Amino acid sequence: MPPANAKWFALLGALSVLGAPSAPAQMLINGAGATFPFPIYSKWFNEYAKVDPSVRFNYQSIGSGGGQKQILSETVDFGASDGPMSDDNLAKAPRELWHFPTVAGADVVTYNLPGNPKVRLDGAAIAGIFLGRIANWSDPAIAGQNPDIKLPDLDIVVIHRSDGSGTTYIFTDYLSKVSPEWKEKVGKGTSVSWPSGIGGKGNEGVSGQVKQVPGSVGYIELAYAKQNKLTYADVKNSSGNYVTPAIASVTEALATADIPDDFRFSMVNPPGAQAYPISGTTWLLVYAEQKDHAKGEKLVQFLKWAYSDGEKFAPELDYAPLPDALIKRALERVQGIKY
Amino acid sequence: MSTPFSTSILPPPGSKLPNSAFKWAAALAAAMIVVLIVLVGWELYTGSRQALMKFGSGFLWSSEWDPVAEKYGALPFIFGTLVSSLLALAIAVPLGVATALFLTELAPLRVRQPIVMAIEMLAAVPSVIFGMWGIFVLIPWLRDHLFVWLKHSLGFLPLFKGPIYGVSMFAAGIIIAIMILPIVTSISREILRSVPDLQREAAYALGATRWEVLRIAVLSYARRGLFGAAILGLGRALGETMAVTMVIGNRPQISVSLFAPGYTLASVVANEFTEATTDLYLSSLFELGLVLLAVTILVNIAAQVMLKSMTGSGSSKVA
Repeated sequence: MPPANAKWFALLGALSVLGAPSAPAQMLINGAGATFPFPIYSKWFNEYAKVDPSVRFNYQSIGSGGGQKQILSETVDFGASDGPMSDDNLAKAPRELWHFPTVAGADVVTYNLPGNPKVRLDGAAIAGIFLGRIANWSDPAIAGQNPDIKLPDLDIVVIHRSDGSGTTYIFTDYLSKVSPEWKEKVGKGTSVSWPSGIGGKGNEGVSGQVKQVPGSVGYIELAYAKQNKLTYADVKNSSGNYVTPAIASVTEALATADIPDDFRFSMVNPPGAQAYPISGTTWLLVYAEQKDHAKGEKLVQFLKWAYSDGEKFAPELDYAPLPDALIKRALERVQGIKY
Repeated sequence: MSTPFSTSILPPPGSKLPNSAFKWAAALAAAMIVVLIVLVGWELYTGSRQALMKFGSGFLWSSEWDPVAEKYGALPFIFGTLVSSLLALAIAVPLGVATALFLTELAPLRVRQPIVMAIEMLAAVPSVIFGMWGIFVLIPWLRDHLFVWLKHSLGFLPLFKGPIYGVSMFAAGIIIAIMILPIVTSISREILRSVPDLQREAAYALGATRWEVLRIAVLSYARRGLFGAAILGLGRALGETMAVTMVIGNRPQISVSLFAPGYTLASVVANEFTEATTDLYLSSLFELGLVLLAVTILVNIAAQVMLKSMTGSGSSKVA
């Protein structure tokens, strides 16, 4: 260990001793990034403190952009991102940087209609609505899929996220996959140039607007929608089934998605019969070679714990845990981290 | 008794050190402000260099904001910032000056203090609270009542055309107006209090009514100072972020209608900064910050020029 590092450790040790006189010196591992998985990561770090009291994790949910930037400049020990890093950004990494999927979530399409009926939508209809092409609820493109309910003659008001977010990334990723027109005109990203509608800040901003504006439609995180008991649509998947978004159908989406070896995958519109199509995962970003032996060792131990024990905390926080096959692959990757 | 006390706090004759030390300390404090502004400007400039090189002046005139295609333009945000702030000023200045007039000239002494305290409390409310109030109280009311009425009675004006969403440039103007009301009112009140009583007495002596006294002796005298109060309010309005983004609709477009959603410079930076992953994207957001700084400075310079060209007997200074 270079002397500069040793000095830092001495300082950190001294600081943590000052903070909690009775506890032994703790190692501090810093991470930063995605906001979407913040609740589960907090839970993990809390639980892990009971497993290994000698290490403490400090996670700042500053957003995926910041997470990628900070891990690239190595100001944190691990990063987190709601979207996979682009080839361009990954090329800037000083060493090989690996993606580790942790949990999955989904976007739901929520709406405000009189009587809150359960609406069924296919990809073409959702794309048409968000492109501004389908502007009324009585449009045959919507009514044709919903013969059982009477849809009112009401203008559709599109509400989207105004802040950059992984939720938007998943949603636009899905629309790009099901609609060539969307792919060409808008594309996918954490923020896009929306063809229509108004922006609300955060899940709460979008759902707040949707609750208030009759005829409005928006997309929000599944966890937020469940916790706030919002109405959301069943969405037609690539097998032709209308699927209700739920943890089981998101896990099914994960299980049937095509996942490459570098784990930079998109799981929207997977082939599974009961898979919910607007699903996505979130990643931790960790260097394949850890500079600091002690920290690297603790980080690997934590990742192993997260995949074996941590995943079971996911459902209670409304995240979908990874399927066993994927956990096995991820664990193999964790073994490959050098420290 | 008082002799030892008064001599003990005076420096011994001949010692100039405390004097010059204080002078330098004060000069340093003043210089820090200038340095701070220059540093902020420099930091924004270096952060936005990539976007400056790529887009040049086209950044200012382009209406496109597309993070996917990496095309960035600031025009709708500049428009939204200026329009929402001016709208706020148009609402807040008459209200603030009227309140200040009432407090200094008309109100009975015992109600003045409670009203002043209420205004000061308004200044202490965090902006996110105004935003929430905007979403849950103001906007539904605007959408279901005021906007419907305006569209019905003044719908022939382009200002009040188009679909009503509730969230709009108009809503943002109202929210900002409420937020700058305290500063406009407090400064106007100080300005009006500084009008010498001689002015009023002279006007009364000429047989002026109460209204005429206010108009001729007080308002006319305090005109320049009140203008300064408005400018300070405008400075605050240009940078309001949180509450604005909650009610303005966050749509980068330029529309004549006040019912249409808009977007401001400060809001888009706050919204998109955290998830901006590419360098050019981040750089463009930095440039928006630079534009905001420039707009603020230009507006202040314009105000100074207007202030200089204002004629009249008024001599009270801008606070």
